[in-house]
Amino acid sequence: MTSIWEYANPKKFMQTSGRFLPWIAGLAALCMVGGLIWGFFFTPNDYKQGSTVKILFIHVPSAMIAINGWGMMLVASLIWVVRRHHVSALAAKAAAPVGMVMTLVALITGAIWGEPMWGTWWAWDPRLTSFLILFLFYLGYIALWQAIDNPDTAADLTSVLCMVGSVFAFLSRFAVDFWNQGLHQGASISLDGRDDMANVFLFPLLTCMLGWVLFFLTLVLLRTRTEIRARRLKALIARERMG
Amino acid sequence: MPDLGKYAVTVLSAYGAAITLIVALVVWTLWRGARMRRLLREAEARRARNG
Repeated sequence: MTSIWEYANPKKFMQTSGRFLPWIAGLAALCMVGGLIWGFFFTPNDYKQGSTVKILFIHVPSAMIAINGWGMMLVASLIWVVRRHHVSALAAKAAAPVGMVMTLVALITGAIWGEPMWGTWWAWDPRLTSFLILFLFYLGYIALWQAIDNPDTAADLTSVLCMVGSVFAFLSRFAVDFWNQGLHQGASISLDGRDDMANVFLFPLLTCMLGWVLFFLTLVLLRTRTEIRARRLKALIARERMG
Repeated sequence: MPDLGKYAVTVLSAYGAAITLIVALVVWTLWRGARMRRLLREAEARRARNG
């Protein structure tokens, strides 16, 4: 049986990811575009929210990726710290800009939705505030990678930052349950069926969520491949300079 | 086009902002990937030439 640690070898990672990428990217595009068209054109307006309910199909999957993207970075960082596999450190680095953009999308679409529904673009509500802090952690994480020349030191320090930031990723997911106050509502859907959503909204939302997960995976694979190439390029240039 | 009623601007601006950011992320990722591939190919060709 093939061990998962084989993919820590950059060559093996490039071969395998290259084989699967077109399929994952194609499926991502299909689910994202299909889910958005379904949600935008073929769902009714909500009796309370009117047509703003359609923002759900972008906002919820983006927020989900914002939080779980950081979770993926945490796992990759822990693998780096424990096993020193370069590919995992590069995967964490590759995921950060994707997670950062998703956090920004969730914040912007939430603010646009909040203005007519809550009467304000922004409130210092537990969920919103922890999301803003998560966004700042993403920025800090990306800046830290850029600021340090030695890639191993950068991977070490960003791993520590990632572990600290995980507290806010966790809080942004459970803030509503912990504090039970603020404007933001609880989970849109849940596995135990507590928060039932009408199927007419649920199915396009699930399609979008699947699309967003595959989109995240596609971009992380693409960006990790680019980081591996950048690392090889740096090594070649260093060798050229030496003689 | 569905009837978005009085929230048309709200819904369209949310979709517009999100799609703009997502497309920019994809374009940036592809551009950087293509650039890195080209630079690496050139560096490896130089290495093969110079030994």
